[in-house]
Amino acid sequence: MNNKEYLKDFAGKTLFVQGDEAAAYGALFAGCNFFAGYPITPASEVAELMAKELPKVGGFYIQMEDEIASMGAIVGAAWTGGKTMTATSGPGFSLMQENIGYACMTETPCVIVDVQRSGPSTGQATKGAQGDMMQARWGTHGDHEIIALCPNSIQESFDLMVEAFNLSEKFRSPVIFLTDGEIGHIREKLVIPELKDIFIQPRRISESKVDIFGGERIPPMIEFGQGHKIHVTGSTHKSNGMRDVSSQNVHDVLIRRIYEKIELNRDIIVKYETHFTDDMDYLVISYGASARPSLGAVHSLRKQGKKIGMLRLITIWPFADKITRELCKKVKKVFVPEMNLGQIAREVERFTSNPVIKISKIGGVSHTINEISEEIISNI
Amino acid sequence: MTNPIEIHKHRHLKYLRTEILPTAFCSGCGCGTILNIFVNVIDEMGIDPNDIIAVTGIGCSSWIPSPYLAVDTLHTTHGRAIAFATGVKVMKPEKHVVVIAGDGDLSGIGGNHLIHAARRNIDLKVFLVNNFIYGMTGGQVSPTTPKETKTTTTPYGNSEQPFKITELVAAAGANYAARWTTYHIFKLKKAMKESIEKKGFSFIEIISQCPTSYGRKIGQKEGIDQLNHFKANSIDIKNKEKYSEEDLENKIVVGKFVERNRREFVDGLREINKKLAVSN
Ligand SMILES: Cc1ncc(C[n+]2csc(CCOP(=O)(O)OP(=O)(O)O)c2C)c(N)n1
Ligand code: SF4
Repeated sequence: MNNKEYLKDFAGKTLFVQGDEAAAYGALFAGCNFFAGYPITPASEVAELMAKELPKVGGFYIQMEDEIASMGAIVGAAWTGGKTMTATSGPGFSLMQENIGYACMTETPCVIVDVQRSGPSTGQATKGAQGDMMQARWGTHGDHEIIALCPNSIQESFDLMVEAFNLSEKFRSPVIFLTDGEIGHIREKLVIPELKDIFIQPRRISESKVDIFGGERIPPMIEFGQGHKIHVTGSTHKSNGMRDVSSQNVHDVLIRRIYEKIELNRDIIVKYETHFTDDMDYLVISYGASARPSLGAVHSLRKQGKKIGMLRLITIWPFADKITRELCKKVKKVFVPEMNLGQIAREVERFTSNPVIKISKIGGVSHTINEISEEIISNI
Repeated sequence: MTNPIEIHKHRHLKYLRTEILPTAFCSGCGCGTILNIFVNVIDEMGIDPNDIIAVTGIGCSSWIPSPYLAVDTLHTTHGRAIAFATGVKVMKPEKHVVVIAGDGDLSGIGGNHLIHAARRNIDLKVFLVNNFIYGMTGGQVSPTTPKETKTTTTPYGNSEQPFKITELVAAAGANYAARWTTYHIFKLKKAMKESIEKKGFSFIEIISQCPTSYGRKIGQKEGIDQLNHFKANSIDIKNKEKYSEEDLENKIVVGKFVERNRREFVDGLREINKKLAVSN
């Protein structure tokens, strides 16, 4: 029984599952064959489904001693040919940061699921939140870019997980699947696409060992064990992988390239959705779970004749700079509902001189449609 | 001037990245000895370097394979080599996955990974270089530093009890655990061979000298002084019973602590996959 045959049974089927499970199915269909993790609410369901299904497709699930080890193991497995992932929530995501930086520096494709819960620290362990938006961007030290995606439905949890793996391969970078406890735990319909309709980005493998850390903006990868005697290090290295920690120029070239391979491809990476933005006076920007009541509020205010539009961010990092700037120009005020104290609102402020009004909700309960529309009404 | 390495074409140079020799190790450091022994081991065992994947952490000892050994090398973060190596081994069980790193790395910051890998009995070859100190960072106290020793961060003497790492790894479930020193080069070589032949978690604690960050501080200025100390203070595990626990405190018990045949971790995972493939 090979991978494909087992998946064929699922293809085309309609399931009624949680977001966590949909993400796990997405990973299986994306070709994930290695998962290392450590249990944590509200992400454990991803691990549990992978533990059950991965061995059936010839893959491996291992439960490590902590999240530091989990992150290390998925990087190790990626260098030996694996398509790898882990799944966690805030406390575990914090522990992973050093090795996420290692993955950025060594340009290792892998996917990290963060099912965000209320923090800091243990916070409200079982409650959803969106408090790790900035940690996903800046959690590890040093200059780096990162790709982070925010699903807002069960179907999108599947689709974006496939996309997360594809982006990690295309850009040779870790990708954060930045969902939240709300989306992770609600149940909705999931239609699994036919295999032929799922695009899988193949890993680009170098024929020779030369320049797998330079030469091109996104160099090809290599697999250990093929006789290349390749050197991989998180220290500053030359394009052949050998350490050089004393030359300013070597560091500058390496870090700028790793930065630019994502920064200069923003337009290819960034995904978003707009509603009623052709004719609007006010704009709502939201993402993930909070985008659902936000869109509800936009619909209800439109019915009342208010000219409100909405931008739903699907890619969070790199940030959707162009569309944000463009849409913010068209309106008088911008509203940002999110389940934190304004992490993305602050990012939006970088792209507009218009007032940006935070509609923050914390405490493990998502916004209601009314809460959002009342807040908007009282400010227009 | 002609490069001395050019003149002296040693048959083992094919195992090394000669373009970066000489090594950065201080003169008298044990790291060079360990590299030398390991290269002899792979040569004598006829192991193809393409079948070795070296995984290391951060510290002088981690430099033994990385960058000097010409094999696929994953030089990871401080303390985490075993975690990364676990992913490597699961995907490529046919390769020899070798971890070489320091006592601070593997038993301090990475101690949890060490005992869990031993418990899982994953087929890694782990050579822990114990120089009793944080060498690379300039001589701070390590979990292995003997009691009362003055280091840069224990200026009034170390009040902590040092780890007995080999005993710990043996107790955690490894298939092979031994301790030798850089003085016992032939016994260490034999142990390395045994550990490579043994399937499962195989561990050797290599007591080594760090004249720069440790020896100088304890009145053993040159590498040779520390080697003489190892020679004079080592007790074979077979003779251990003759000594009281108190006597043993300042001695180095060397030898094989455990050798057994528990099921290996990746074999276990692959068995599950095989069963599922049949039943599906
Ligand atoms: C997370 C982290 N903490 C601290 C350091 C700094 N650091 C580098 S090497 C080292 C200790 C090295 O000691 P050991 O592992 O015993 O190796 P040795 O140099 O003695 O061979 C430390 C603390 C680091 N690189 N990363
Ligand atoms: S500091 Fe110590 S361990 Fe490091 S190279 Fe010098 S002698 Fe060796």
